Amino acid sequence: MSHPSQAANFLKDEKRAHWHDETLWFVREKRDIASKNIPEWEELRRLASGIKDHVLTKLDYYLEELEKKASENGIKVHWAKDAEEHNEIVLSILKEKKCKAIVKSKSILTEECHLNPFLEKHGVEVVDTDLGERIVQFLKQPPSHIVLPAIHLKKGDISEIFHEKLQTEKGNEDPVYLTHAARKHLRDKFMAAKVAITGVNFAIPETGEFVVCTNEGNADMGVHLADVHIACMGIEKIIPRRADLGIFLRLLARSATGQSITNYNSHFRSPAPGKEIHLILVDNGRTKQLKREKFRNSLKCIRCGACMNTCPIYRRSGGYSYGSTVPGPIGSILSPGIDVKKYSTLPFASTLCGSCSDVCPVKINIHEQLYEWRQEITKAQGWSAKGMSMKMANGIFTSPLAYKISGKLLRASLKNLPKSVIYNPLNAWGKNRDLPEVPKESFKEWYLKNRS
Amino acid sequence: MSSRESILSSIKELNQQEKALPDLPKFDSAQDLVGTFEQSLQNNKGSIISELELTDLVNSGAYPKVYSGSKLIPDLKTFELPEKATDLNDLDLAIIDGQLGVSENAAIWLEDENLGLRAVPFITQHLVIVLEKSKIVGNMHDAYSLIGLHHSGFGVFIAGPSKTADIEQSLVIGAHGAKSLRVVLV
Repeated sequence: MSHPSQAANFLKDEKRAHWHDETLWFVREKRDIASKNIPEWEELRRLASGIKDHVLTKLDYYLEELEKKASENGIKVHWAKDAEEHNEIVLSILKEKKCKAIVKSKSILTEECHLNPFLEKHGVEVVDTDLGERIVQFLKQPPSHIVLPAIHLKKGDISEIFHEKLQTEKGNEDPVYLTHAARKHLRDKFMAAKVAITGVNFAIPETGEFVVCTNEGNADMGVHLADVHIACMGIEKIIPRRADLGIFLRLLARSATGQSITNYNSHFRSPAPGKEIHLILVDNGRTKQLKREKFRNSLKCIRCGACMNTCPIYRRSGGYSYGSTVPGPIGSILSPGIDVKKYSTLPFASTLCGSCSDVCPVKINIHEQLYEWRQEITKAQGWSAKGMSMKMANGIFTSPLAYKISGKLLRASLKNLPKSVIYNPLNAWGKNRDLPEVPKESFKEWYLKNRS
Repeated sequence: MSSRESILSSIKELNQQEKALPDLPKFDSAQDLVGTFEQSLQNNKGSIISELELTDLVNSGAYPKVYSGSKLIPDLKTFELPEKATDLNDLDLAIIDGQLGVSENAAIWLEDENLGLRAVPFITQHLVIVLEKSKIVGNMHDAYSLIGLHHSGFGVFIAGPSKTADIEQSLVIGAHGAKSLRVVLV
């Protein structure tokens, strides 16, 4: 389904859509306040962008370094060329450990690889432990935002599903009550799980460690209680030096939610005695994106979600309207790289206002890449309604007679045709908009009458 | 070709011109390191208590199971560290030493040697971190330059109690980990 039709579905519930818009704008404003408290904010963005640019030009070197150092630290490193191989690696570890139930903290990569349905098909119970992710998992939905997975839901929805799944009081919508019910439920899961899966925010070749950031502490609850920790990362998550974390940890949470830092920032360098850490390095289209020069720097993304919170289209169409794992502006430049046909409408889901590029902590030129993707997609389709009308206009504007006749025709038809013909499904701009009143005569006709 | 080889070779064959890695400058930070730290901690919903208040808290009996790994204050533990982390599920209060604090965001750095078991600061119902005032630095850059490349299998910056805002953006303290963070500055 295309973005416009999915967005139309989202907008049917006007009140909820308005709430969504306002709530995300509130998060954007918190980001502004947090960033303005740092005089060197723009300098930090410039450095972060420079560090990531550097890494992308030497990614092979850094991946090998990371593998070497992490292995020396006792971390078992795996390589996966695609989602399928990633999922198989996870499953093989679970089989070796005879593990039938796992806990998982937030990982957009495992969403991208569709790990949950794969493991469930093989008889493994997967429990997402981030509260927002657990909520959408109960509802059999994917996250609608990469940082705020359940932002499309109201507390009434959550109260209802918790009543069904966790036997909370019917109608009790108190967020504290609901959160503490989830705490109790998930603690039992943490206590029982032998294997815990996490994503990775940053990986450091210098030390062979990786860093996971959460506010809830769910990643740590999972991995420190389990015997085996499986960490899944896209190959672009590298930053070279430990000291670079100073830059990125200052930027990440401020950009994401306006906090000065996430409450838990865990650095995993070697397993605790008697335990195991596995690190899976996943390509899944990233080397392809690296080849596309115009779109290469989309791989700098640190998944803060700031571009979503600020985007006038995302805020008014919701995460599901994009139909991709990563929604919003950054998703609209990453997803066509994965499947240009399936995601062909996403680069058009933008006003090209550039707000996404302005807030991006690693200075990705998101809106310019959206424009570039539009060119690619239009070329690939070989036909576009806009292209056709431009050709027609070209014919009309080069002939004075054609111009004169078409102007008359248009004025007459706009006045006389029934509305249903003008506001037809082909005219997307006619939705919720009215044309101005049509003048009786052209300017040329008026001039001849009054001034000649 | 293994996946490792195919990933590496498809990057190598791009023959990219290396872009320079930027040097990291030093950035100024707040003058009043302790005051700023206290303010940042409050913003993160943590609180400062005195050593005396901590002793009273433990003696009040409100927290039956107390573990302390602190070397900075006299031992207050009522409970020895078990072998398995899952046996810590009923731990009421953990008291541990932080290595350094960051005034801009109240993040406190801890390593394996401070934790006993890695699960301690997460699984405990309430957490107390003891921190020397002299170990508070200005910003994250200062923190990493102090930490350096020191080897610990696990290291963590903790900046507040466990929290979430996943239900309609309402802030709730005590999602999975510690329901409170109190810091004793010595």
